[in-house]
Amino acid sequence: MHHKSLTELSAALQGRKISSEELTRFFLDRIGRLDTTLNSFITVTEELALEQARSADKRIAAGDAGVLTGIPVAHKDIFCTQGVRTTCGSRMLENFSAPYDATAIARIASSGTVMLGKTNMDEFAMGSSNETSYFGPVKNPWDGERVPGGSSGGSAAAVAARLAPIATGTDTGGSIRQPASFCNVTGIKPTYGRVSRYGMIAYASSLDQGGVIARNAEDAALLLGAMAGVDPRDSTSVDLPVPDYMTTLSESLRGVKVGLPREWYGDGLDSGVRAVVEAALTSLAGLGVELVDINLPHSPYCIPCYYVIAMSEASSNLSRYDGVRFGHRCENPRDLLDLYIRSRAEGFGTEVKRRIMTGTFSLSAGYYDAYYLKALKVRRLIAEDFRRAFEKVDILAGPVAPTPAFALGEHMDDPVTMYLQDIYTLPLNLAGLPGMSVPAGFDRGLPVGLQLIANHWEEARLFNMAHRYQQETDWHHFVPSRFAGQSETEQNDPD
Amino acid sequence: MNWESVIGLEIHAQLATNSKIFSGASTRYGGEPNTQACAVDLGLPGVLPVLNREAVSMAVKFGLATASTIASRSVFARKNYFYPDLPKGYQISQYELPIVQGGHLDIQWEEAGSGSESETKSKRVGITRAHLEEDAGKSLHEDFQGMTGVDLNRAGTPLIEIVSEPDMRSAREAVAYMRKIHALVRYLEICDGNMQEGSFRCDANISIRPKGDEKLGTRTELKNLNSFRFVERAIEYEIERQIDVLETGGKVIQETRLYDPDNNETRPMRSKEEANDYRYFPDPDLLPVVVDADFVENIRDTLPELPDAKKSRFESEYGLSPIDAGLLTSGRELAEFYEKTVTASGGQAKLSANWIMVELAGALNKVGMDITESPVDAGMLGGLTRRIADGTLSGKLAKQVFDAMWKGEGHADDIIDAKGLRQVTDTGEIDGLIDEAIANNPAQVAQYRAGKDKLLGFFVGLIMKASKGKANPGKVNERLRTKLSE
Repeated sequence: MHHKSLTELSAALQGRKISSEELTRFFLDRIGRLDTTLNSFITVTEELALEQARSADKRIAAGDAGVLTGIPVAHKDIFCTQGVRTTCGSRMLENFSAPYDATAIARIASSGTVMLGKTNMDEFAMGSSNETSYFGPVKNPWDGERVPGGSSGGSAAAVAARLAPIATGTDTGGSIRQPASFCNVTGIKPTYGRVSRYGMIAYASSLDQGGVIARNAEDAALLLGAMAGVDPRDSTSVDLPVPDYMTTLSESLRGVKVGLPREWYGDGLDSGVRAVVEAALTSLAGLGVELVDINLPHSPYCIPCYYVIAMSEASSNLSRYDGVRFGHRCENPRDLLDLYIRSRAEGFGTEVKRRIMTGTFSLSAGYYDAYYLKALKVRRLIAEDFRRAFEKVDILAGPVAPTPAFALGEHMDDPVTMYLQDIYTLPLNLAGLPGMSVPAGFDRGLPVGLQLIANHWEEARLFNMAHRYQQETDWHHFVPSRFAGQSETEQNDPD
Repeated sequence: MNWESVIGLEIHAQLATNSKIFSGASTRYGGEPNTQACAVDLGLPGVLPVLNREAVSMAVKFGLATASTIASRSVFARKNYFYPDLPKGYQISQYELPIVQGGHLDIQWEEAGSGSESETKSKRVGITRAHLEEDAGKSLHEDFQGMTGVDLNRAGTPLIEIVSEPDMRSAREAVAYMRKIHALVRYLEICDGNMQEGSFRCDANISIRPKGDEKLGTRTELKNLNSFRFVERAIEYEIERQIDVLETGGKVIQETRLYDPDNNETRPMRSKEEANDYRYFPDPDLLPVVVDADFVENIRDTLPELPDAKKSRFESEYGLSPIDAGLLTSGRELAEFYEKTVTASGGQAKLSANWIMVELAGALNKVGMDITESPVDAGMLGGLTRRIADGTLSGKLAKQVFDAMWKGEGHADDIIDAKGLRQVTDTGEIDGLIDEAIANNPAQVAQYRAGKDKLLGFFVGLIMKASKGKANPGKVNERLRTKLSE
């Protein structure tokens, strides 16, 4: 059952081969047995899930069901869920429960999905390894000594280990794509403005975007279709029709131009990762695409530009966690200043504090022009690089991250090395472009993803290319042996 | 030394929208604490602001009424600081690109002239900018022993902050400017102007310099000026204080000072060194506000007649003096009251103006009511002045009728009939009374005829008494002279 795609599960539900309640119990049981070592969930909403499953079963019985009705879903714990605590991976919100649903969550729920629980993540989405979570690191299902990537590490690990058929995630600088690459799942970060940010706890507002982590491109397309669209409660969501991604999934790739940013294939790219990516490009060429070299000349400035903007916005976004109205409050504050200082000192972890401090610095009088304002200018140049590239090609392809999953603790004392994890992913966030990570092979037993990038609002192209690629390859079927179960059709470890 | 003071004002006017600037919560004043604060106002995690279009319209209205430039693109920024009544830890405000830029306003004020007469002065005050922003909540320090209560009902109420050029040179000018802005926002119906409830607030920037100097002195900022009277007194105090400091060899420190109305003094609140670094940056949750020409022109079409235009019209149409016209147009409701009164009186422009400015204003003042609360409405007052004009009532009788109207006894004509207050102008009736008086006082008649003119008053008194005050005094005088000379 855990090897089935959403379309297959949906067919089984509609054909009454299985009830949503049975399906939900199946996944809840897997979570109960297998997540103890993985730690991919912060909260499992067993009772609520069963309740939602039973009501989905009623909808199915009444003939009032859509494709997603009765499908269990896991949500990154950054999305507010009414009445269910939303921690954002932080002690600050350990006991916070929102009186509203994030728009993306409400939309998914209205199609009749079942929420299994809330997945683990880097604290306030600040991290590339899921090690900054107050609720402990998530382990990579492929190697328990390694990180699953971050910040949507819980969602990626849960889908990779088949503890959930599909999950939501968010991506500010690579937080969907990098863990998808590390865990051998398919992840999409849509165009900025495609999915409402209302109720999605902000890290860096101009970069944050909700998306999907799935077993394959088709599943991701199904769920994104349900999440996407303009929201009157988010002024930055864009009022453009959401196409039916399913209708273009299988279109031919013949003649599609794929650009290869030369800057992404140079020093700093692990040779094993390079080999996997190049093999994937060869497969794409076999599907008829035309590979073209292109340049993104401002690539060297992406990391500093991104971190100045992200941290500046974060320093302001996280000001609301002051211990006054909600969230962690220190014991017996002496006065107002003491309340602020101790509540925030106790409630936030090291990485969050580091980013608040850095962001506060770059917005300060006397530094603003040199840092924040300059970063905004560089951001425009980076976006311009992409605009020029998309005059020549339809899709860009490259690595997701410089390396496969690294060891737990490996980069924790070296934030700058950790930040370099996002070198190929964050330029898209700066430009607002949609990007995908697609399982493309293994290096020394660890999964490696291929990153596909499209122009604004062209998610359909990404789904199409990823789907065609997945029809020709079977990397996305691989499941770590510990989580593979007894199914006959399963594929085990690649080596 | 001869000092010159330089004053600029920052006025915060709460916009009279139904809902908040970035959320759908009500802006009504006086609700139970924290009953009008939704998730957005509380700054809960994940929520986002959405701009209230009506607030933009109102700011544009203000800009058009002050001959300002309406920015086709303006930007909301975050002003970051921690305070318990600021839920998000930042205030959303406009910083580098405000919606209203570079306008002006003409003000008039009275000043002691060279003689005993006061002189009307006027000048044009520049408006640097007016920007949209959200109000904070309120911290309540009383009623919570050793703690502070926070009421977030006000959080997110739309404001425009109107920043003037440092064009004013005295407390009087500053007050005239503030009154003019106050009248204007009420004319435009974009702010209720209620200063007690904090809908209209003012900070003042003040510096002094030797008269003739170009260079500005070090300024202080005065806060908490929540009435016209306080603005005047606080500025006067602060000017004196700065003069004192400089004349005793000290230096004015750039700082924010709080006005204490109880002791009529200003006290330091924080100095420049302690000032916050607000770390302004564009709010990434909000798109730039784009206002196109059609939007602006549609608003221009809805603008009411503005105070200056109305004042000129009152002068030409009603023949009022500039002072009277200025006074009667100082508020939209007052001007409306006046025009209705004139209509009801059958065109008695000057008489109506006098009755409103003297009798009615005096009566309202005594009980602390404003024109909208007046128990005597415009129709009633017009009915009264009509009867004065047509000779039915003498001035003295009119006051009696006014008092009765004030007490709710009905319209002028009803009161006149009920109390029989109609003035006697009939020559026959008056002649009868005169004949009687002449017949009863032969000695005084003889003395008068012998040249004792003063006795005329004695006869007038007798006749007014006999008519119970209703005889027309002019007529009585005229007929008496004739009869006594016969």
